[in-house]
Amino acid sequence: MHASPIDRGKHAGRARPGSRAELFASFTWLAIQGFGGAAPVAQRELVERKRWLTQQEFIEDWAVAQIMPGPNVVNLSLMLGDRHFGLTGAMAALAGMVTLPLMLVLALAIIYTQYGHYDVVERALHSMGAVAAGLIMGTGFKLFGTLRNNPLGLPVALVLIVLTFIVIALLRWPLLWVLLGTGIPASLWAWIRLSHREGKGGQ
Amino acid sequence: MSWSLNLYDWLALSWHFVSLSLLTVGSGSLTTAPQMHHYLVDTRHWITDVQFNTSITIAQAAPGPNLLYVALLGWNVGLATHSWTGSFIAMMTALVGTLLPSSVVTLAGTRWGHRNRNLRAVRAFKAGMAPITIALLIATGWLLMGPYNRPAHDWPLWVLTAVTIMLVWFTRIHLLWLLAAGALLGIVGLG
Repeated sequence: MHASPIDRGKHAGRARPGSRAELFASFTWLAIQGFGGAAPVAQRELVERKRWLTQQEFIEDWAVAQIMPGPNVVNLSLMLGDRHFGLTGAMAALAGMVTLPLMLVLALAIIYTQYGHYDVVERALHSMGAVAAGLIMGTGFKLFGTLRNNPLGLPVALVLIVLTFIVIALLRWPLLWVLLGTGIPASLWAWIRLSHREGKGGQ
Repeated sequence: MSWSLNLYDWLALSWHFVSLSLLTVGSGSLTTAPQMHHYLVDTRHWITDVQFNTSITIAQAAPGPNLLYVALLGWNVGLATHSWTGSFIAMMTALVGTLLPSSVVTLAGTRWGHRNRNLRAVRAFKAGMAPITIALLIATGWLLMGPYNRPAHDWPLWVLTAVTIMLVWFTRIHLLWLLAAGALLGIVGLG
C-alpha cells in the first residue's frame, strides 16, 4: 500500500496486540468461538473488535493464509503473531489457537464414546450446521465492500466471484486448479491495471 | 487390539502426518482425510472405521480448528499402547507432525511477502486473490448446505441460513448467539 493521506487516516483507528500473552488469549477466544468455519469469527474479532487489522488487510491476509499450506485460520494466527512479536509471537498465537480447543475436543471424544448417539444432540448439530453455513456466506458478502478500492475494477471482481463460485460450489473442481486457473489471470490483470495507474516508473 | 507400537511404528506414524502436512491447502483441513483413512484404517489397521468417522465428527462439532481431528486420530492410534501416556504422545506426534512443516513454509512465505509488500507483483497478487477469497467463503457456506437437499423437508433450514446471512452481513450480533439459536431451533424440532 502506498501511504496516501487517506490510508494513514484509515490506519489511525487501528490497534495492535500488547503482548504475547494477549495474542495467546485472543486466539484462544477466537478459536473457542469457531464452530464450523473460522472466517466469520476471525473477521469479527480481528477487524471489528480488536481492530488489529483493517477490513482491507483482513481480506489480503486471509487470501495469503488460504494459499499457504496448513489450515487458513492457523496460518492467520502465525502471520499476525509473527508480524508483531516475531517467531515467539507466532508460537504464542498458534498455541492459543490449539491448546484449549485440543483439551475440549479430547474431553468430548472421551465423553462421546460413553454417551454418544442421542437424538437431541444430532438434531441440534443439524440446524447449527445451517447457521454455520449462513455465518460463512454472510462474512463473504460483508467483504464485498473491500472490492471498491481493488485495482481489478468492480465489474471484473464480480465476474471473478461468480465464476469461482460456479466452479467450486456447482462444478466441484479441485481447489488447487481453481486457485491456479482464476488466481493467476486475476493477479495478472491486477498487475496490468496497477502498472497502468502508476506508470512505468513504479516498482 | 492386543498389539502395541514399536519404534518403527512410531516413526511411520510421524512420517505419515509430516508427509501430508504440505498437502493441506485452504480451508480444507479435510482434504487429506482420504489418504489418512487409507493408511491408518485400511493399510495399518491401527484404528477402525468408526473411530475414524467419530474423530472427524467430534472435531467438526467442537469449537476450534477442524484440523484437531488429526489429534484425535493420533489419540486413537495411541490407545493401542493401553496407557494415557502412550495415547498422549501419539496425539502430539500426529498434531505436531501435521502442523510443523506447513507452519515453517507459511512463516517463510509470509515473511518474504511482508518484506516485499510494496512490490507491484505482491500487491497485484493480493488484489487478484481478493474476489476469489470472497467467492471461496460463499462457496464453502454453500457446500455446507449440501446435506440439506430435500426442499420440501429442509426449507426451514434454508430460511435459517438466509436469516443468518442477513444478520451477519448487516448487524453486529454476537455469532455465538446465532449458533445457540440454531441449536435451540434444532432441539425443538426444526429440520
